[in-house]
Amino acid sequence: MSQSEDHEEHQQHPLKLYFACWILLFVLSAGSYFVDYVQLQGLLRWSLILIFMMLKAGLIVAVFMHMAWERLALSYAVVLPPIAILMFMVIMMFESDYTALTRMEEFSP
Amino acid sequence: MQEAPLKPPSNPPTPGLQGFVEDWSSDQRAFKKVSWGKAMMWIFLLSDTFVFGCFLVAYMIARSSTVTEWPNASEVFALHIGGVELPLILIAIMTFVLITSSGTMAMAVNCAYSRARKPTALLMVLTAALGAGFVGMQVFEWSKLIHEGVRPWGNPFGAEQFGASFFMITGFHGTHVSIGVIFLLIVARKVWKGEFDRDERTWMCSGKGDYEAVEIMGLYWHFVDLVWVFIFAFFYLW
Repeated sequence: MSQSEDHEEHQQHPLKLYFACWILLFVLSAGSYFVDYVQLQGLLRWSLILIFMMLKAGLIVAVFMHMAWERLALSYAVVLPPIAILMFMVIMMFESDYTALTRMEEFSP
Repeated sequence: MQEAPLKPPSNPPTPGLQGFVEDWSSDQRAFKKVSWGKAMMWIFLLSDTFVFGCFLVAYMIARSSTVTEWPNASEVFALHIGGVELPLILIAIMTFVLITSSGTMAMAVNCAYSRARKPTALLMVLTAALGAGFVGMQVFEWSKLIHEGVRPWGNPFGAEQFGASFFMITGFHGTHVSIGVIFLLIVARKVWKGEFDRDERTWMCSGKGDYEAVEIMGLYWHFVDLVWVFIFAFFYLW
């Protein structure tokens, strides 16, 4: 029985929680689809898309993947390293700006 | 129930930040109260996050450094239904199908906690069916774009890198979904046959009533949905 002693005895959550999360995911997806459908542009478009995206990702990880009920040791091990990807993205953003600039300099007619 | 003689008395682990420091500086295992299978799945998913992260960053570089116009996603992925041009409609349906499958998977995991054999298996099969539907729609989308002349090295709509990014990112995600469907069916079959209710040890099951394989499978499936959230935002809506 040592195995089942080790990990938490079945953490059960009310179905209501899953349904609420599910409906919220639907609403958020519909929201981001409508951002495209009504062709919002500019800052409003990007901020809405990113907010909906982060909310959806957070809901999936926290509720569906049960991250909200894990110990911090595991949560931090999984949630913090992707910050490196974010840094990488920022670095490459500068790099690609530079590439675009040289291309416009060198190859424009 | 027999107590292992050499086991130290198990104090409940400290909660909060203090507990985090204690866990990570402790002997033998950092992830308390998490089975090795679940910890390894999380670590695999983290590595997969990096793979998809790199794909998305590569796509971002290609898109922001190209001098030609990037194809307009909401036109490229539009469908004519009943004489009306609906932008991104197939992608929206795919998104809803995948979210629904995530919901049924969460239900399956919940049933697995209470060791309800048949509902767990049926919900997993339903999840697999929705996943297969998703892959089917992706095949439709791919063949439509290929028919329209989109290739990894060029396309009629604009920047050449569009095809390579599209096939690479959605192809890799589709592969993940397909593998997920196969594994869902394998685990569902095991659940249905009652292999997790027998008092024997297999690589997926440590003994009678150990349904954790379902939960670990669920982690993978939700991850596939999670990746789609990012692809949807960055590739299709951007």
